[in-house]
Amino acid sequence: MDIIITGLLLGGTYALIAMGLNLQYGMARIMNLANGEMLVAGGFAAFWFYTAGAVSPVLTVFLVAPVAFAANWLIYMIFLRPLVKRAKSRGQLEVDAILTTFGLSFVGVGLMLAFFGGDYFSYSYLSVPVHLLGDTYGANRLVAFGAAVVICGALWLWLAYSRMGVSIRAIAVAPDSARLVGIDVRALAALAFALGGAVTATGGALISTFLTLDASTGVIFTLKALVIVIMGGVGDVRGTVVAALLLGLLETFVASVIDPGLTLAAAYLLFVIILLVRPQGLFGRKTT
Amino acid sequence: MRLSPKDWQGLTLAAIALIVVACLPLVASGYQLSLGVTVAMYTVLATSWAIFSGPTHYISLATAAFFGVGAYVTGIGITYLPYWALPLIAGVIAAVMAALVGLATLRLSGVYFVIFTLGLAEFLRQVITWGQNISGTKGIYVLTSITEAHIFWQLLGLAALVWLAGWAIGRSRLGFALRIIGDDEVVAKHAGIDTARAKILLFMLPGGVAAMTGAILAPRYVYIEPLIAFTPMLSFQVVIMALLGGTGRLWGPIVGVIPFTFLWEAISRSFPNQTTLLLGIAFLAIVYLLPKGFVGLIESARRRTEGWS
Repeated sequence: MDIIITGLLLGGTYALIAMGLNLQYGMARIMNLANGEMLVAGGFAAFWFYTAGAVSPVLTVFLVAPVAFAANWLIYMIFLRPLVKRAKSRGQLEVDAILTTFGLSFVGVGLMLAFFGGDYFSYSYLSVPVHLLGDTYGANRLVAFGAAVVICGALWLWLAYSRMGVSIRAIAVAPDSARLVGIDVRALAALAFALGGAVTATGGALISTFLTLDASTGVIFTLKALVIVIMGGVGDVRGTVVAALLLGLLETFVASVIDPGLTLAAAYLLFVIILLVRPQGLFGRKTT
Repeated sequence: MRLSPKDWQGLTLAAIALIVVACLPLVASGYQLSLGVTVAMYTVLATSWAIFSGPTHYISLATAAFFGVGAYVTGIGITYLPYWALPLIAGVIAAVMAALVGLATLRLSGVYFVIFTLGLAEFLRQVITWGQNISGTKGIYVLTSITEAHIFWQLLGLAALVWLAGWAIGRSRLGFALRIIGDDEVVAKHAGIDTARAKILLFMLPGGVAAMTGAILAPRYVYIEPLIAFTPMLSFQVVIMALLGGTGRLWGPIVGVIPFTFLWEAISRSFPNQTTLLLGIAFLAIVYLLPKGFVGLIESARRRTEGWS
């Protein structure tokens, strides 16, 4: 029971991070290997505001999100727009995007090392015990989970019902046809990329309340988010949430039963199973 | 396989160049030799990387994983087996691993492969750390009488093998199939090429070679622990150097390895704290300014001069 609830709480935060990546990969079609660095940057911001000014991470989020939005929009415009323009095919864009964001991720790690050093950082925010169904949990995990649920829910509603959300889903499904019905694909792709970055940075700020981060942990989160997105199906919100909860559960199980150092191994296990059994994702339909 | 006079000429020139380079340990100082070992190591890694990733456009980020496996094979095996057998064992183990990774990912689209290789080194590091926690050991000492000169010669021999293999593959049916896959995978499938099989077979080469390199270099580290053996920076540097040189030609990567090794020496001496940042910036510069590497520059220059004459 303890494992299930802790796992679900962790999975909720993962869902938020993976949603960010899904917006970038599924909607804007940019395979962003620098996603984890954005997450760590969000975590750093929360850490810095909390230790320097005692600002609650839940409030920092309102600053982190717009800043990350602007930063990611700029990244898209400066680095990725030229690639989208010169790419002749989807495959070529993928290769170029992978190389570029791979380089960007090292730049990100380097910048954070320069500003914050290589130490682990953590702070204790709301680490008071909360009793739930006979066990105790950290209040920070509950708060992070609650925030993740609210943000994921809002995103889902926005994507499902707003005009802009529908347009974004349209460019994910059929970028060529979307242009025919008067959707500005380029502007919307930039928007989806920026929004994805903002969501990921928010997730980072929330996750830093209960996990210890350091400048070079970004790649692990990138990987977990990628596994979740692939498992849930690219561009599929519902699948992402389910996959994130599954990963959270499995990871917590592995960490508490076998060894806490094996969390990435858990993600790999899921990844291999998915690749072998359902490469199209949990709810995906087989394509020809 | 029939060789034309031009082929013989190329082979002879390459052999002479190798023999000249092999004399380096006889004349160089200790520092120069250690640079030479670094160049040889990256030449082997980047060339074998490019043999797979060049024609297929599948970016492998798994070099560090295989390299670490090789280093561990030497670290564990050195007390039980003769040294010469270890690189071979490492190569076989890693080739099998590469085949498994390929079986899981290369049948699908390229993204899965990239993602899988991205985390492979980190994954193996976690598993080995866990194994050490259980067995209660820490790192491994590799104490041998092997000198830098021995390592250099071994790497040079391995480089020669890699070039020969790359050259032979380029002339074979497999190489031809891979070029078609790289141009258009759908066409390749319709032409009756078993694309997955070709890619998996080829991926075993950089995997095995990286592990052999790791096995050869293990005595240089003296002390092996997961964090040293599976450093993610290695995969990154190999990709940079291969791209800087250009992956379109067999001799491309070495054109990138030599200048980059010296640049890297200078950077890590002058800015030891900003290496990651500068590496990232160098990488971006190459991707944007030199998409085809030095090879592309040289060949377009050659084409221009030919146009004039």
